Amino acid sequence: MSDNNIPRTVPIQSATFTNEINAEIRRAAATGIYDIRGGGAKRKVPHFDDLLFLGASVSRYPLEGYREKCDTSVLLGTRFAKNPIKLDIPITIAGMSFGALSGPAKEALGRGASMAGTSTTTGDGGMTQEERGHSKQLVYQYLPSRYGMNPNDLRKADAIEIVVGQGAKPGGGGMLLGQKISDRVAAMRTLPKGIDQRSSCRHPDWTGPDDLEIKILELREITNGRVPIYVKVAGARPYFDTTLAIKAGADVVVLDGMQGGTAATQDVFIEHVGQPTLACIRPAVKALQDLGMHRKVQLVISGGIRTGADVAKALALGADAVSIGTAAMIAIGDNDPKWESEYQKLGSTTGAYDDWHEGLDPAGITTQDPELMKRVDPVDAGRRLRNYLKVMTLEAQTIARACGHNHLHNLEPEDLCALTMEAAAMAQVPLAGTNWYPGKEGF
Amino acid sequence: MQTYDLAADGLRGMNTLLQEQNNETNQTAWEIVNPRGSHAIAVGLDAPIEVTVKGSTGYYCAGMNQQATIKVEGSVGPGVAENMMSGTVIIEGDASQYAGATGHGGLLVIKGNASSRCGISMKGIDIVVHGNIGHMSAFMGQAGNLVVLGDAGDALGDSCYEARFFVRGSVKSLGADCIEKEMRPEHIEILKDLLERAGADAKPEEFKRYGSARQLYNFDVDNAQAY
Repeated sequence: MSDNNIPRTVPIQSATFTNEINAEIRRAAATGIYDIRGGGAKRKVPHFDDLLFLGASVSRYPLEGYREKCDTSVLLGTRFAKNPIKLDIPITIAGMSFGALSGPAKEALGRGASMAGTSTTTGDGGMTQEERGHSKQLVYQYLPSRYGMNPNDLRKADAIEIVVGQGAKPGGGGMLLGQKISDRVAAMRTLPKGIDQRSSCRHPDWTGPDDLEIKILELREITNGRVPIYVKVAGARPYFDTTLAIKAGADVVVLDGMQGGTAATQDVFIEHVGQPTLACIRPAVKALQDLGMHRKVQLVISGGIRTGADVAKALALGADAVSIGTAAMIAIGDNDPKWESEYQKLGSTTGAYDDWHEGLDPAGITTQDPELMKRVDPVDAGRRLRNYLKVMTLEAQTIARACGHNHLHNLEPEDLCALTMEAAAMAQVPLAGTNWYPGKEGF
Repeated sequence: MQTYDLAADGLRGMNTLLQEQNNETNQTAWEIVNPRGSHAIAVGLDAPIEVTVKGSTGYYCAGMNQQATIKVEGSVGPGVAENMMSGTVIIEGDASQYAGATGHGGLLVIKGNASSRCGISMKGIDIVVHGNIGHMSAFMGQAGNLVVLGDAGDALGDSCYEARFFVRGSVKSLGADCIEKEMRPEHIEILKDLLERAGADAKPEEFKRYGSARQLYNFDVDNAQAY
């Protein structure tokens, strides 16, 4: 038998050492630095897609679409604040900094949110006049770095969000690399131009829940108790973090799962630290219920919210509202296919572009380049965000009516079933076709 | 002189009253009695008034101060004058952790000692400590001047940016990227002015200056051991 006739094994790619892993090993070996990128977790994790609504049946009757009212309004900050925030829709815009985002992009977020009747949020680096001017309701983030932290701006805010953690990087601080530290960004943050700016991972003047209570007291004293105080935590230990935030006096708890985005951090952080959003909601709701605070302290969920179905599912599991960041960026033009040739020049492609820290974003959103940022028309982009928020709201209303509810907040876990064991366990709703979920007795 | 009894009339009433004062007020002298270690005393003020606290305070006394001169006749808890923007805060006794944290401007004078993390993340504030300061002081300090007439603890100025540190006594250790620097004539002038304004009996020539070596401003894998 000649050698040519001997059957050979076919090449087999390792499931452990995949091409992606090998490429990362080679990149690390060549550069000596971890991979930094923007966005949230890209790995597949149990998510809202793994849940379904049951809809109405003999035991529940639906509401008529387009005729019978399904309310979408929400009040945030009813526990202590003199002036709670009243939103027309339960979808808010998450904190994204000027610096990470261009001025026109921040303006577009403010315009779109205001037209849709909801709030937007500052980020690391302080409040810009543009976003205050174009945001009817603006939440001012109080971050560990305190870049741009200013009592005058604090008093202009409609709410204050004390940021303890972020879903993309629980336990990590912000990162804004030198390419994006323009003159204006540097001045707002009191830093030299062009340096790599690494924000603190924890607050400089308090540690632990007892201190947090006093910090909240101070902020209430400075603002005379007018505005709600939110506490934002990452999806790390949602039951305990929610419990401690309530104990410290929070009006609102914002809980950000691992699919929540960031402007820039280590890829290893984004993909390997924190819990999926779906896994965070029920423990947080249980914490609220155990303290008799459900619906008194509002819960805002973020991290991977994309559709009205996601909104409805988060609310059905007990949230009062959701927050979007990545989806809002896409609505105003991020990763748009029309920039494909430019994404390719940067070694990426539409939908995968995440090198936001480099400041070269073809869409003009995650950049401080004066020419690139001209590509964002804040009026047009704001209108697109408004449209998207309206569509999500209509979708959530469609589902709520089909489940027989005249307010989105009347959605409940009993409206849901799960497609997978993992989702059933995390959401604590029955696996489809059963009345059981992992952890529940009596299978 | 307006007198406010904190124990009798409550914290919110006091802060509201002080915050209501503006640049045109003729009620420029205030005295807070019975502070009894309360937190958040005289926070968020924004007027050229003088407030004297007759006793020791808890956390965040004079937080986010603008324009006001606040004098504490006692010691203060953590975070005194945190995020101060302008004005003057004078502490007759000692200060706990994070004194002057993230302050953007103004002058903080501590006549006793300051604990750890004094001037953490300072962004333009001037701090003069007549006594000693604790460890990790001026961590990630960005701008402003920290003057210490006594000694500094471990890791002074760790990962600092452009803040300046002047220490008359010993420095137990310097933090990452913090080095001793030449004291030039312009630094002597800065120091002379600060010592004078802080009522400190010391000569600028007795101090050494420290600040950033600027080696960690942009990431370099060869510096990884410093993180």
